[in-house]
Amino acid sequence: MIDAVYGWLDDRLNISGSGRKLVNKIFPDHWSFMLGEIALYSFVILLATGVFLSLYFIPSSKQIVYTGSYVPLRGLHVSEAYASTIALSFNVRAGLLMRQMHHWSANIFLGAIVVHMCRVFFTSGFRRPRELNWIIGVNLLILAIFNGFLGYSLPDDLISGTGIRISFSILESIPFVGSYLATFLFGGQFPGSAIIPRFFIIHVLILPAIIAGLLGAHLALIVRNKHTQFRGRGATEKNVVGAPLWPTFFAKTNGFLFLVAAVTAILGAAVQINPIWLYGPYVPYHVSYAVQPDWYMGWLDGALRIMPSWEIHLPGHMVPNAFFPAILLPGVTFTLLMAWPFVEQRITGDRLEHHLLERPRDRPHHTALGAATLSFYFVLFGASATDVLANYLSVSLNFVLWFFRIAIFVVPLVIYPMTLKICRELQHTPGGGKTKRHNIVLRSPEGGYSTVVSQARPGDEPPVLEPVPLDGPELVGAMATGADRRSSGPLGAAATGQGGGVAGASRARGVFRIPRSYR
Amino acid sequence: MSDLHGQGGRAGAAPLAPGIETVGPDAPQFQVAAAHPRGMERRVALLFIVGLLGFAGFGAAYWQNSTNYFLGLSLGVGFLGLGAGMVAWGKYLMPRGPFSESRHPLGPSVEEKEKFVEDFASRGKVALQRRGFLVKLLSLASAVFGIVAAFPLLRSLGPLPKKLFYTTAWRRGSYLTTAYGRRVHVDDIDVGGVLTVFPGDDIGGALSQTLLIRVGQPGENVVTEPSRANWGPDGYLAFSKVCTHAGCPVGLYQRLTQQLLCPCHQSLFDIGPGRPAVPVFGPAPRPLPQLPLRVDSRGYLRARAGYDEPVGPGFWERGGTT
Repeated sequence: MIDAVYGWLDDRLNISGSGRKLVNKIFPDHWSFMLGEIALYSFVILLATGVFLSLYFIPSSKQIVYTGSYVPLRGLHVSEAYASTIALSFNVRAGLLMRQMHHWSANIFLGAIVVHMCRVFFTSGFRRPRELNWIIGVNLLILAIFNGFLGYSLPDDLISGTGIRISFSILESIPFVGSYLATFLFGGQFPGSAIIPRFFIIHVLILPAIIAGLLGAHLALIVRNKHTQFRGRGATEKNVVGAPLWPTFFAKTNGFLFLVAAVTAILGAAVQINPIWLYGPYVPYHVSYAVQPDWYMGWLDGALRIMPSWEIHLPGHMVPNAFFPAILLPGVTFTLLMAWPFVEQRITGDRLEHHLLERPRDRPHHTALGAATLSFYFVLFGASATDVLANYLSVSLNFVLWFFRIAIFVVPLVIYPMTLKICRELQHTPGGGKTKRHNIVLRSPEGGYSTVVSQARPGDEPPVLEPVPLDGPELVGAMATGADRRSSGPLGAAATGQGGGVAGASRARGVFRIPRSYR
Repeated sequence: MSDLHGQGGRAGAAPLAPGIETVGPDAPQFQVAAAHPRGMERRVALLFIVGLLGFAGFGAAYWQNSTNYFLGLSLGVGFLGLGAGMVAWGKYLMPRGPFSESRHPLGPSVEEKEKFVEDFASRGKVALQRRGFLVKLLSLASAVFGIVAAFPLLRSLGPLPKKLFYTTAWRRGSYLTTAYGRRVHVDDIDVGGVLTVFPGDDIGGALSQTLLIRVGQPGENVVTEPSRANWGPDGYLAFSKVCTHAGCPVGLYQRLTQQLLCPCHQSLFDIGPGRPAVPVFGPAPRPLPQLPLRVDSRGYLRARAGYDEPVGPGFWERGGTT
């Protein structure tokens, strides 16, 4: 049956031609390459749970009197969006789980994207020929932030409603076109009535479609350029060393999809997120304490908080305060991110192709710059909690604010030389972070210190195997024999009997004849 | 051959020189990574069984309409067993490699490039240059389409801002009305009390929301600045509740210090005699607009006039320095 379908399709599509290349595609093995996979699989989970939610959510800001099953809210005026979110949380079976998984998954998605981007940056994976994929990645980050914010806004609760109000003010602050953009998007002056349905369609259709398209391009470029790899295990600029897509990588990566889903499900089960019934419905003149957005918006919120109260006044016009932290800062951030591969080429003069990744320590200034930049955004993130920190630490808000206003400049300036120093120390530490063997620090009679690696003990280092060019039949033969002692299928027998898998494979009757051990 | 059936053929495996084609299925690269494949197989099987039980548990929890906790944990255990099993299968029960494939030049060969340029550029040149007039006409038509397409795409979305940003529903004589529709009487609030008020025709309005604060005794006329001599009768002051920073409701009144705090970004405004809601802390750049008040003959609080400046955050066309 499979043979027949395969043959029918192959005659029309030539699956065998391109398919062989694909199943033999090599994926290098390193834990840090899984970060992007977490992002990819979170997107899959977001789509799956999001479709479920969209079946029950009503994207309408029409005000109704709540009469649902959550008693404390009965009799309150709420929007249909809010009421339907409560209903899908409490009255739809597994609805709360799907909603919490969706929200957790969004946070994991953004987190994975950011950490994945840091990995690519610090290992210099963005260099030629991968500049284009870096740019696509930055755009995916931007779109993911936007879509996260939109989704977070949809339930129309008090906290997200305040966020929408702030976003209106930010749009309004853009020079020349701000007031037009704001009224066009909101269908009038705030709050308008169009924003929930519009946010909904952007959140569930427009942005996910663009994200899916860019994600496809992101992956296609990985196939086209082939994967980067770290040095060692025979990896060179001219090869890719690792495991083949089929079946090794396939098994691992799909297993990983389920592991990401498992973590998301357990978080959705056990850790409450965004309990909008506790926040209450959005009322424009109500406001809550500790108004913090989801974590990936924290840096913008922090920037809004620590920005001094400046505005630019021109004859008849002005540039409002919110423009600088909320439009200019992200604009500069993402422009610099996208431009970085080219800026770096300018600085280093290195325009060659690179397929081998660098260890961060081997490019100390690059690493230090990355760490300092990252610390800048960490400080901004911390600044988004000024009120909570002041309360928790029982210090004045004034002190906390000025602490962050100073730290935003001081911390990166401290982080840069610190990182530089650590990188250079590591360079001089033989095998530091590479093997599990101890480093022994020696003191010379003159008082200097140096480091040597301790003697190897048996079993310390497994034998390093040279990579072998992948050849299908041999792999099949080996898997049927070495992998399984009970193997007695036709392929296995042939492989053991003749000392090579090539003959075995060609003897199998159907193309999809599978060794018994595999069935 | 015997070590094929032993411990994954690992013993005595000398590293093979790269590129040598004699690597056969008995090479260590083709052996599984697990030292004891049978044991690993049992473990993977166990993980799959755990996964199966987890999914079955989810089904049972769903059927019984169980709590979120059981639904999510059973689903999580299902995915965990399945995922961990598959990863272990791939990691320990498949050829451990490493395998390699070679990279090929990414750019085109000189010949490829030349041929493409020839086909594309020269063919196009001939086609276009001969019909230069048509090219211009086509560009013009496309440009006009682009412009007219932008109108329905953008313009229909919402009204032009025009006066929307300059006016609120407050006008001369508006009664100060609570969110529940009750007109505010001069005796309603004690000193130190606050109330959110709206004009009677825009109750709950996001832009017209106004904070009424009583800072003084009956009969005391509170003057925040000289030009607003009669705006604060009987100890009452009213300010726009929309923050001049990012538009949040400036909701927290600190009675002891006579200050208003915005909970979003912690801007602080001074209120009281000689204190016209000037920001003293945080990012807010401008004072909150003040609503002039009067007490009518029956003792109701009313607006002397609407706000004399746009409320809320700044925008490009706003201008001015107030």
